Amino acid sequence: MKSEIRGRVAKFGDNVNSDVIIPGRYLIYVDPEPLSEHAFEMLGDEYPDKLRGFDILVAGENFGCGSAREQAVTAIQGLGIHAVVASSFARAFYRNAINRGLPIAECPELVAQVEEGDEITVDLSTGQIHLGDRVFQFPELPETVQRILEAGGLVPYLRDLAGE
Amino acid sequence: MGKTIAQKILARTSGVSDVTPGRIVDAFPDLVMSHTATWRSVGVMKQLGATKLYDPSRIAVVLDHVSPAKTEKYAGDQRISREFAREHGVEKFYDVDAGIAHLVLMEEGHVRPGDLIVGTDSHCTIYGALGALGCGIGYTEVTSVWLTGKLWMKVPETYEITVNGELSRGVYAKDLMLTLIGQLGAGGCTYKSVEFDGELISRLSVSERMTIANLSMEMGVKCVFTPVDDKAEAYLSSRLAEVPEPVTADPDAEYAKTIEVDAASVVPTVSCPSEVDHTAPIDRVKGTRFDQAFLGSCANAKYEDLVIAARILKGRRVHPSVRLIVTPGSRHDVLRAMKAGVLETIVESGGMVTNPGCGACAGDGGMLADGEVSLSTANRNFLGRMGSRKSEIYLCSPATLAASAVQGAIADPRELVEDDA
Repeated sequence: MKSEIRGRVAKFGDNVNSDVIIPGRYLIYVDPEPLSEHAFEMLGDEYPDKLRGFDILVAGENFGCGSAREQAVTAIQGLGIHAVVASSFARAFYRNAINRGLPIAECPELVAQVEEGDEITVDLSTGQIHLGDRVFQFPELPETVQRILEAGGLVPYLRDLAGE
Repeated sequence: MGKTIAQKILARTSGVSDVTPGRIVDAFPDLVMSHTATWRSVGVMKQLGATKLYDPSRIAVVLDHVSPAKTEKYAGDQRISREFAREHGVEKFYDVDAGIAHLVLMEEGHVRPGDLIVGTDSHCTIYGALGALGCGIGYTEVTSVWLTGKLWMKVPETYEITVNGELSRGVYAKDLMLTLIGQLGAGGCTYKSVEFDGELISRLSVSERMTIANLSMEMGVKCVFTPVDDKAEAYLSSRLAEVPEPVTADPDAEYAKTIEVDAASVVPTVSCPSEVDHTAPIDRVKGTRFDQAFLGSCANAKYEDLVIAARILKGRRVHPSVRLIVTPGSRHDVLRAMKAGVLETIVESGGMVTNPGCGACAGDGGMLADGEVSLSTANRNFLGRMGSRKSEIYLCSPATLAASAVQGAIADPRELVEDDA
């Protein structure tokens, strides 16, 4: 996993729920491609294509709330999004992101200052986010969790464990 | 410092005595549940080339979200789940006739006070109505627990919510919860364990406590508990060979926040489109027209919920502009309601009764067209959850639903309940 993720920000508000990220009728899929074709489509006809031009999602409080569906993460990955930064995450989305190797960071200070279209750099090794010359610190992930994310998710992590 | 219920359960299941909030422990769940998602977990297992499960007796599989299969794809997925259960000797397997996983597992005696239960569904919080710590995880993590028996868990802080006073006639646990969710917000209890107590909770039936524990998810809780008292023990003792000693919080347990609620101040409450915390007292939404009334879901389609609705529907007709869809929670609920004449009342009033399961709440039938509105006793009204993105969902109690179905617009159930007095 790359420790530095750089790119353009797509911005969302608070309480973006997992039904909006990927409606239940598409849970017949598990792969990123078919899921991403329907990601956020409830928000309007311009979605999901609009999001394909962005690299990092930034959202407010409680991102990914509602259903524990893992495909909410997979659908976002299928859009070509490489990280999600939010003021806070719903716990199931948080776990699923780690388990699927999608880097996430909780950083309300950044969320308050960043605008859609801004370029940011998320540095997982230092726990810093750079927005122009401004630097924001986000809390480190717990060690166990970090190891799963570094392996690229729970499947490669379990493979590594089995191989040891 | 004393411990909260969540701390004690995580200490026991992880073998770690220092369970300070924030600490990460490796916990061994007593039960791992998967529903319709089971085939996906089987897929991950195949991807890993794994064949041996940690302990099949700790696995439960219930095929609930789309039951019976409505497409070939669903049929194939369900076959994978069935074959998995058979091959691996998963005895706690329930097929498409059983109903909603959460209700089935509680009714079948697979949920015990003090248990740690994880599953592929956010509403696993409902197990807290019987004193178990339940929380939702994804399907890959279910596979991981199948294989290793464990998962990492962060010890949560705990909030205490004390509800005193009485609910007025026509006001139910659903109204209490929608009121609370409206006040605290969809993220009001994120990452937190919540312990409910107070006079009201002990007066409520186990069914109403299930509604409380289920709806608590909509304020972001990790897990939730209502007290395991005589009523809960009576429910458990008819289902378990032996009821374990309930886990209780120490008197000096530390609560990050204490919230007090006066039940008497709660009125019939409705969640407006399209967030659960967009709540309004009934007076503000009375008269709102809708096309479909859905009495279903793990929140409010238990036998008792059907009875509450049927009492209002008895001798009345569902308004001609409304289609009333009733999807009982489980086959046990169907049987009881059938024997008690409750289903007869519903059908006589103009409602339709479907097979048990998640039904319209999960988009399995009862879809909404552009511009249509559904009133629902479920726990979520998110944009497009029941169909078109241009449709809308309002959430309410079974009593409000029944009263509104009769009037053809959102109505105050207290007006019809008073009639029956």
